[in-house]
Amino acid sequence: MTKNGQSFRSIARGAITLTVAAALYEAAARSGYFAPALLPTLPAIARTLFAMIADGSMIEHAAFTLYRVMFGFSLAVVVGLPLGVLMARFQRIEHFVLPLVSALMPIPSFALVPLFMLWFGIGNTTTVLIVFYAATFPMLFNTWSGVRSVNPIWLRAAGAMGADENSLFWKVIIPGASPFIITGMRQAFLRAWIAVVGAEMIAASDWGLGWVIFDAKEFLNTDVMLAALVVIGAIGFVFERLVFGSLERATVQRWGMVRMVKG
Amino acid sequence: MNDTAVLSAGSKPHARELPRLRLIARNVFPFAVVGSIWEIVAWAGVFPHRLFPTLEEIALSFVQLTISGILPHHAIETLIRLLSGFALAAVFGVAIGVAMGRSRRAEDIFLPLVSICAPIPGLAYAPLFLLWFGLGNFSAVLLVGFVSAFPVIFNSWTGVKAVKEIWVRSAQSMGADDRRLFSHVILPGALPYILTGLRLGLAQAWRILVAVEMLAAVPWGLGWMIFGAREFLNTDVMMAGIAVIAIIGLALEKFVFEKIEHYTVVRWGMITS
Repeated sequence: MTKNGQSFRSIARGAITLTVAAALYEAAARSGYFAPALLPTLPAIARTLFAMIADGSMIEHAAFTLYRVMFGFSLAVVVGLPLGVLMARFQRIEHFVLPLVSALMPIPSFALVPLFMLWFGIGNTTTVLIVFYAATFPMLFNTWSGVRSVNPIWLRAAGAMGADENSLFWKVIIPGASPFIITGMRQAFLRAWIAVVGAEMIAASDWGLGWVIFDAKEFLNTDVMLAALVVIGAIGFVFERLVFGSLERATVQRWGMVRMVKG
Repeated sequence: MNDTAVLSAGSKPHARELPRLRLIARNVFPFAVVGSIWEIVAWAGVFPHRLFPTLEEIALSFVQLTISGILPHHAIETLIRLLSGFALAAVFGVAIGVAMGRSRRAEDIFLPLVSICAPIPGLAYAPLFLLWFGLGNFSAVLLVGFVSAFPVIFNSWTGVKAVKEIWVRSAQSMGADDRRLFSHVILPGALPYILTGLRLGLAQAWRILVAVEMLAAVPWGLGWMIFGAREFLNTDVMMAGIAVIAIIGLALEKFVFEKIEHYTVVRWGMITS
């Protein structure tokens, strides 16, 4: 059997699985055994999704969520990246920051939501800060270990060839650490995406995909919940695969730092 | 601990103890700085006192809650929930992952489902689970298990796939039957990955659990305690709860994750040598 035939069969089987799963769900929804409010049919979910996209409300929710997640994520990169580099380059800073970070890191970001709600009120500030808190640590740790893992021979070689601090930093250390930094960004975004949905649920504001899901629960609008779930999954997928995947291809792989592409 | 006490009679240990003291001092110093800044801000009254209690008040409510048994009760409930959710994830995750790695059919069946459900943040499922399974413990444990199963599944799957073909074939040519092949070749070969997956799963379970407790309205639990304290502006109680969460998280990190990682590394060493 050729490789092509095998992958075709995999795709066919995958499609069959999804169809069967969808059919089972549909059958369960239509059987009337469960309350229709709790288990809406697939067409109903699709209709709700399209209606919410058409009237712009879903797009607005998604825009609010994206704004929060990007704001928090950018803050995390702006803080985590330089701090990670500084920690790796200067031992004094490492000695000061590392104990604090290791004490803070095991606290899940959601544990801070009620506290931040008291301090900063309900709304954007709290959510952005929670996202920031969740995303900073992976960014910081990956940058730190990335800079430390730069091959010392490269540093000495560049130094021997007369590179000054500045070009050493930009031409050797940053490219050398970039696989770690990009991994850090990827992990940070994943964490940020998880944090934003949770924070929106707990610190209910007016808009946002997490809030939609939580709010729909109150009115038993399961179709709205599932529609929002689809949008959340789609956005997460797009960022993970397309944005960070292409970022990786454009930088690290072109530089030949990572040979293999996974998934 | 013991040998330093014995050695401290001589003059040499002094040189050995100094760096250790310095190490402790170095680790304590950042906390002292941050703590004193906190104290100064709290005493200066920059923020309302109710929202920004001093460290003594936090410590006091921590001690009071611990003595009265409220804090331990919350913590134990949270831990039980964590462990039962994680146990669900470990059992089903490893089973599904290994099946996916061994049989192409299982892979084709499960992979589409898993790759659709995995990228959705775990908490997004929370309201759905609450509607379907009701408020309370059952939903919380089920949700924690569901969410933390994904890293376990993915890593077990990769681990089984990463077992070298040559090992499998050589074991087969030496006459190993399926059972022996599985227990003597595939499982040990995949173990480092599976352990990594369990570690990631437990970390994920811990991260999600606190939020789940806030949403699922369980009667006891650290997440619920923090969330409830907010209603009464008991910032000191919230801080005490967060401190306990940090301690449990740190203990998980030190005594569970690092142990697992150490074990994994040892296994790796065994396998590559």
